[in-house]
Formats: sequence, structure tokens, C-alpha cells
Amino acid sequence: MNINIEFYASLMKYLPPGKSRFRREVSVEDDITLSRLITQFHISEAEAHLVLVNGHFVNCGEDRDQRKLVEGDTISIWPPVAGG
Amino acid sequence: MSWTRKILRVNLSKGSCTSEPLNMEWAKLYLGQRGLASKYLSEEVDPACDPLGPDNKLIMATGPLTGTMASTAGRYSVITKGPLTGAIACSNSGGFFGAELKFAGWDMIIFEGKSDKPVYLLIQDDNVELKSAEHMWGKTAWEADDIIHATHQDPQMRVACIGRTAENGCLYAAVMNDKHRAAGRSGVGTVMASKNLKAVAVRGTQGIGNVDDAEAFMSATGDGKAVLAENAVTGQGLPAYGTQVLMNVINGVGGLPARNMRDVGFEGAENISAEAMAEPRKSDGKPNLTTNGACFGCTIACGRISTVDPTHFSVKDKPQYQGNSGGLEYEAAWALGADTGVDDLDALTYVNFLCNEDGMDPISYGATVAAAMELFEEGVIGTKETGGVELRFGSAEAFVAITEQMCNGGEFSADLGMGSKRLTEKYGKPELSMSVKGQEFPAYDPRGIQGIGLNYATSNRGACHLRGYTIASEVLGIPVKTELNDTDGKPELVKAFQDATALVDSAGLCIFTTFAWGMDNIAPQIDAACEGDWSVENCLETGERIWNMERLFNEAAGFTADDDKLPRRLLEEAIKDGPTKGQVNRLGEMLPKYYEVRGWTADGKIPEETRQRLSL
Repeated sequence: MNINIEFYASLMKYLPPGKSRFRREVSVEDDITLSRLITQFHISEAEAHLVLVNGHFVNCGEDRDQRKLVEGDTISIWPPVAGG
Repeated sequence: MSWTRKILRVNLSKGSCTSEPLNMEWAKLYLGQRGLASKYLSEEVDPACDPLGPDNKLIMATGPLTGTMASTAGRYSVITKGPLTGAIACSNSGGFFGAELKFAGWDMIIFEGKSDKPVYLLIQDDNVELKSAEHMWGKTAWEADDIIHATHQDPQMRVACIGRTAENGCLYAAVMNDKHRAAGRSGVGTVMASKNLKAVAVRGTQGIGNVDDAEAFMSATGDGKAVLAENAVTGQGLPAYGTQVLMNVINGVGGLPARNMRDVGFEGAENISAEAMAEPRKSDGKPNLTTNGACFGCTIACGRISTVDPTHFSVKDKPQYQGNSGGLEYEAAWALGADTGVDDLDALTYVNFLCNEDGMDPISYGATVAAAMELFEEGVIGTKETGGVELRFGSAEAFVAITEQMCNGGEFSADLGMGSKRLTEKYGKPELSMSVKGQEFPAYDPRGIQGIGLNYATSNRGACHLRGYTIASEVLGIPVKTELNDTDGKPELVKAFQDATALVDSAGLCIFTTFAWGMDNIAPQIDAACEGDWSVENCLETGERIWNMERLFNEAAGFTADDDKLPRRLLEEAIKDGPTKGQVNRLGEMLPKYYEVRGWTADGKIPEETRQRLSL
């Protein structure tokens, strides 16, 4: 199935080659979990600080282990960042 | 003890400068900077006074840690009754001015009265004098800074001054220091202009020689620096990407307001983000961001030093704006960008330069332009009012033109200088002002993020993220993640952030340390530096005392619970799409509980019992 990944800030280095600044459409195995996707792109748990699926937070640990992705989902990931 | 125990009182009506001892009883209750100067203001100024009249006072205050070796300890604040809001105003700034004032031997300067003619205050340690600034009146803040440095020939002299917008009566004018740092919000620069005070120039050579327990202080500040260095946010994220990294985060979670908060979510967010600032541009291969920068004693270094593309329409014929200068920070980038619908990074960087050069709060300025753009698009105002500018959302050309007009005192500058509340009232559309107590919102939509709405509504200086940055918890998961759209627990969260921030703002430290530090990291540094009990518990109670004192000032100035509110748009116009679709802010669910956890009455008053508990 195809999903969209968005990696920001220092995680942009993990994006596969492509034209868009942050976003790639990628093919992944059906029913892949969020944790598995993160590992597949070599992003460590400490780096995957803010993780959104379709704009909604998914906490680290069990929530990400159990969250199965579906066709067309958009997964956005940031390292620890702040501002204000 | 860390305080110098000396106050400089400058009576501008008489032209006198006198030294007096710091009230140590108050220092032990209010610490310094924001808290202690607000105490002086509360005691010396009638809260009902005209903010721009001679009875108002203007205080520049350091904290006890300002100038010490604690990380980020370069902060100072400007405290006064604010002309934008009529409420107590306290604007905090970094750079190097605050530390220099401390090195000159002063905890704070209290300006009172009004000078007949423009003056600037020259401080060289104990030698203090008022000097004519008639040759500087009408000059930008950058020009005034250059003139003072050229006159005194001391590169280490630090200058805080106002630009032309303050002189022209813009109600959200800033006090600029070190050219690119600002005590930005609430119009503290306008008060300075009302006193005919153009600048304060300070050179101090006395250092800090009076830390209470030097050994404990070395240890506590060393521990604090290690925590900042090891923390991923303060050690890596902020120095590399600065505050601007939030642009995509807040847009991603459905909390980024756009076009005068008419919309939530901005399609151009990524073009004005931290990541975009780091990309090489086509014209010269250089990125917008040249490097990061640090204020005095800071081991985080989140500041942005940027250039505008020299081929960009805004600067191509203006070589003076093609060099490095203070770059975009998140709140400014949002107000100047998403809120006006402009996603041209170079135009925003140029406008940000102009805000620094002429001393304007870019948040209130951007949000006021956004309100004017909505008035324009609704046909309420036209090119007759705007001096010929087609002031439409998304037009970089219009935004640049109106900003140059604003700085030069052009046709529409008086209207824009009123702020959005007075502007929209003037044209019969008060509902289009996105403000609380007359001060414009920063970069987080209270419909998408509930707790920040409660903080905005109850902030003592009008809408402000820096009074209680619940975004840390609600979005960034610091110290723990809370749900964006929950209202349960938010009153307690808001109170905790507001009180802790009041304490940090009174110490001389930067609030960004709290992305890594808890009060258990901060209290030992204060406790080692200052005499008295500065345990975690006492620090938190001091923060709460300061918050309540500010509230009492506002109460006496005429504010009531009716002023703890949000614009109707945020309470009734639901978000149209994105992850927070359908949401409004549910202030009514949070406000009564907030009053309760603060120990206030149901109508937001501070009862005798709470006053006694806090020694107020």
C-alpha cells in the first residue's frame, strides 16, 4: 500500500530521494505498524519525538507498536524541538 | 546576594539622577526584574493613570542572576503601564544590555516625569547624566545606536533605544537593545517616547562580585549548563533550527492560525519555516540563515542571523539591507507571514529587519496588518485609507509597501499604529480584532489548542504566549504531553506555567531554559546567588505572588473578569478543516476552575484570604 511520510528538521536526512521538501509517497507492506515504519527508516525512538498520523499525535511505546497504518495515511515526524 | 542593592532614579521633569538603596524586604518577596519592578510600579504609580502621561513610570530592571555565569543570565525587562492595553506591561529582552547595566552597578532604573526636550541617559558605572538627544529624534533605533557609539567611541557600550514608530505614537512600539533584541510587547517603547527619552547607553566595568555562596553557585550553574547541553531541545534543536522549527509543527497539528485567524492551517507554512531558512537560494547559493547567535552568557544560542536575497524586490536597490541582521523568529514569522497570508520568506525577513530598525513589536504589527487586510477584503477600507496600497491577504508587495509607509510615518501609519482593537473599532468592525485586553495574539490558535486559550484570556498583559507557554506540554510534550483538545486539567496547567514563568522572568534567566530545566534546576542557582530562602517551594510561591500582584494592578486600573475573554471568532467559528476541524475554544469550561485553583472568587477577584496567604 502507499502512504505519505513527512520528516522534518534533522530527520530530513532520512527521506528517500525526491523533489518535495519534506514529503514522499512510499510503498510499504500492508498493515505495517507505526513503530515498524519508523524503524524501517532508521529513525531512533529518541529522534521520533513528535509523531503524527494524519495530524493526530501518537505516543511512543505501545501506541505506536499497535497503530496499524492504512492506505493514504500521512505520517509526520519531528525530533525533539521547541520554540516560542 | 547578587543584587547590587542600588536603584537609579531618573526624574526626567527635573533632569535629576539619584542613587537609592534597593528595598530588600521587597526583593525577598519579589526577587527582581519583572516581580520586583512590578512591585515598585504598583507602589509608585496610580494604576488608573494615563499610560502616556507624565504620571506613568518606566522601569528597566535586571534580575539577581543577570550578568552572572548562570546560563542565559543576560535578561532585563521594561516594566510600565502599557498604552496598548492599559494593563501592567512587562517586556523581557536578551542581548547584552541587561548584563552591562548590572556591571555598571545598578539593579534597575526608574524613569519618572517627562523631559522638556529629547534626552538620552548615559551611564558609565556610577557616572550618570542626561544628555541632549535632539540630534537623534526622528532617527531609527539603528541610527540612534550608531550615533551613540560614534559619539562615545566605546564598542562595549550597550544601547537600548526607540525608533521612529515610538516617536510617532505607535501603541506597540518596542524598546530595542543591541539593535536586534527587543523588549517588544505592549508598547513599552511608546511610553519611553512619551517621556522624550530616546535612549539609554550603558557601560559597566564593575562585574558581579557579590554572589552569596560562590562555591554553591559554581556547582549549581555548572549542573544547569550540563542539563541544557544534554537535553535534545536546548542542546541540539534550538541552536540548529531556532524557534522557527515550530512553523511546520503547529501547522501539522492544526493549531496555526492564518489570515487574521479567519482560517486555521496555512498552505504556505513550509515556505517560511526553519527548514526553508536553511535552504540555499537560487541567486547566490546562500541560505537565508547565516548562523545562529547567542545572547549574553547563553549556552543555547537559538538566535537567527539572516540575510535577504539581494535580488529580491524588497532590497535589490537597498544595499543597506543586504547584509546580515536579526532574522525571523517563530512568533514574528507567524504574525508577519501566516497571519497576513504572505509566504515570501525574503519579504518577511525584510519586514522583520524594519520592525527591528524602527522598533515595533512584529506580533502586534503583523496581526494589525492582518486585521487591516480583512477590513480591506471586506470593502470596509480601500486604497483611499491605505495610501494607495492594495492591502490584500497574501500580497508580499503590499506588505512591504505598507511597512515602509508605517516606518516613514505615511498615510496609513496612524491607523496601523493604533493596534487592531482601536483600528477595527474605528471602522465599525470590532469583531475583527484578534486580541485580548487590546493586545494581539501570537502564533497558536486557541480553537485547536485549548489551554493556550485560557492562558491568553487570563494573561495580565493581554494575549501573550510568554505568560504561560502551555504549548510546551500540549504540543511539544514538555515536561509531559497533554491532549490539545482536552479542557480537563488545563486550569491547573495554565496556573503552573504562569507562576513558574513569573519567577523565571524575575531571576534574570531566559524562559527557554525551561524546555530542559525544572524548578529543581533553577531554585538552587537562585538560592546560591541570593541571600534568603529560595527553595523550590518558595520560588513557586514567589511566582504566584507576582502573578497576583500584577492582577491587583490591573484590577485597580479598571479590569474585571469581563476582560478575561477571547474574541467571538475563537469561541463560535469552528475550524473548517484539518486535524482540528470542528473545534472552537471552550473557555467557559476552564475559566471558573481556573479562578478556583487560583483561590479567587467566582468573578475573578482576589479575596483577602488569598492576599494574606501570598503576603500581598
